Amino acid sequence: MMIAIPISYSLRNLWTRRLTTVLTAGGIALVIFVFSAVLMLAYGLEKTLVATGSDDNAIVIRKGSQSEMMSLIDRTAANVIRSQPEIAADPDGKPRAAAEAIVLISMPKRGTGQEAHVQTRGIAPESLAMRPQVKLLAGRLFRPGLSEVIVGAAAERRFEGIGLGRTIRFAMRDWTVVGVFAAEGSGFESEIWLDSDQLLQAFRRPVFSSMTVRLSSPSGFPPLKLRLEGDPRFNLEVKREKAFYADQSAMMAGFIRVLGLFVTVIFSLGAMIGAMITMYAAVANRTTEIGTLRALGFPRRSILLAFLIESLFLSLLGGGAGLVLASLLQNMTVSTTNFATFSELAFRFALSPAIALESLAFALVMGFLGGFLPAVRAARQNILQSLRAV
Amino acid sequence: MPAPLIEINEVYKSYRREHLEIPVLEKISLTVAAGEFLALMGPSGSGKTTLLNLIAGIDRPDRGTIRIGGIEIGSLGESDLARWRSRHIGFIFQLYNLIPVLTAVENVELPLLLTPLSKKQRREHAELALNVVGLSDRMRHYPRQLSGGQEQRVGIARAIVTDPTLLVADEPTGDLDKTSARDVMDLLSRLNKDFSKTIVMVTHDPRAAEQARTVRHLDKGTLI
Ligand SMILES: Nc1ncnc2c1ncn2[C@@H]1O[C@H](COP(=O)(O)OP(=O)(O)OP(=O)(O)O)[C@@H](O)[C@H]1O
Ligand SMILES: [Mg+2]
Repeated sequence: MMIAIPISYSLRNLWTRRLTTVLTAGGIALVIFVFSAVLMLAYGLEKTLVATGSDDNAIVIRKGSQSEMMSLIDRTAANVIRSQPEIAADPDGKPRAAAEAIVLISMPKRGTGQEAHVQTRGIAPESLAMRPQVKLLAGRLFRPGLSEVIVGAAAERRFEGIGLGRTIRFAMRDWTVVGVFAAEGSGFESEIWLDSDQLLQAFRRPVFSSMTVRLSSPSGFPPLKLRLEGDPRFNLEVKREKAFYADQSAMMAGFIRVLGLFVTVIFSLGAMIGAMITMYAAVANRTTEIGTLRALGFPRRSILLAFLIESLFLSLLGGGAGLVLASLLQNMTVSTTNFATFSELAFRFALSPAIALESLAFALVMGFLGGFLPAVRAARQNILQSLRAV
Repeated sequence: MPAPLIEINEVYKSYRREHLEIPVLEKISLTVAAGEFLALMGPSGSGKTTLLNLIAGIDRPDRGTIRIGGIEIGSLGESDLARWRSRHIGFIFQLYNLIPVLTAVENVELPLLLTPLSKKQRREHAELALNVVGLSDRMRHYPRQLSGGQEQRVGIARAIVTDPTLLVADEPTGDLDKTSARDVMDLLSRLNKDFSKTIVMVTHDPRAAEQARTVRHLDKGTLI
């Protein structure tokens, strides 16, 4: 039988020394704030890139290309891809396949004026129908054959002079911004879109970068992949669109996590020592009390548990506060260079239940590690000496 | 004739300080009958607290045996001894030793957590014990909201709530003014007379000792 000293005993002791409790929990809160913010950042990045892909779409690139930008698909290959049986047809019977061209252009960022890369996507007429998440917020679509572009909402916010009606100069031409689009927070929102023929002409490029196709059914993916990748005339790679973007996010999200966790683990040592000092002081202050409980017949493990619970609650308090602070970061947009495409990508801090649980678990680990030795000291105290200490 | 409740047989106890062995109790033999109210007196350092701690099972003799209610407590392991204390000993401390973050009734309830009683039964027993010590109107008070005499009465309620075999009190009036001390002693002697509680009490105060049925004196570790 586990003889538990009531939890309220531990809680009231925290309340009795509230200043110390707040200071100690504050240290833990700070660590958990940074910890969950890092995870939210990485998760937000993943979410943005993964949302860029759709389950029904497959993307075809040249084998070994890290990104669409580094990929080349010539017109012969494009025609072969277009004719694959797994590809869905639109109501007119045309295959739903979009050959797209990607070029990076450099533009000044809003505020700092620093140059950064924007991914510019030349799209096919089929592109929009295959990406239902893309919606015009203002203006209209570009007209084929004209020097017109539409810009993603995130790009528009981040870069100077690319608002609706403005003129952008690249590839030695002036382009008019005729529309602004949203794409449910996905990576497309950080891009500029225009007619692919216009883009290829302006940059004097003969070939496309990638081809996105819509499958009639998700089960069509394996045979399509097998056939295209096995075709000796071309050197193609076929990926599910979601997986393609998830792969892009993996390295960066991983980098953010490793760096962030490294920093927080170091910080957490400080907070843990803080908790340990607080708990050692609590044990020392309550020496007689511990002796009394033991004399009354409470076993050592009850004392251990009571102090551990106290420390765990302390850390949970800090963890909860840190998490609440971090949750305020949600919907805050940040941008960074996408390592895979070298272009600017905007995304948001995103909180998930898993991150919340991980943060609280991390806080509890700190509370446990910080509180364990003091609790052991409390439990190991000799009854007589504890009672004599006044 | 029934066997005495407490049988102490040739008990020796010494403490080690640095390299010196300090004898504290030497060849103590003592029997206490059930229903007895025994006062232990003697000069400071004579070993009164040490003897009381041995009887209460929070210390162990170096030699000799201590039987209480037929059980030789020196032979019990640590956790058995703790369980034994929770059943058989009611502690009354000079400085009351109440838990400051718990209310009077919660303090009294504390030893009952070591029993199989339900939450409701625990509360009832605790309220009854506080009733016996005359503090029914102070149940939700915290120790710091009570006078010294009231705190000691809560301490006594805590000691009797489990209906233990034996009450041990180390200078229960040592920190109280005259009136409170008299109240506490009246209470103890009522517990002895009306509730047949066996009490062993250490005291310096002759007026307190008067309330006991028997007074024994310790001097330099021996009973005289
Ligand atoms: N844990 C211990 N370690 C070392 N010496 C101790 C310990 N406990 C008691 N002593 C010594 O044993 C002797 C008797 O102590 P004890 O507390 O039993 O005396 P007492 O009769 O209760 O005195 P007082 O009236 O002052 O409370 C003292 O000399 C004391 O210093
Ligand atoms: Mg003493």
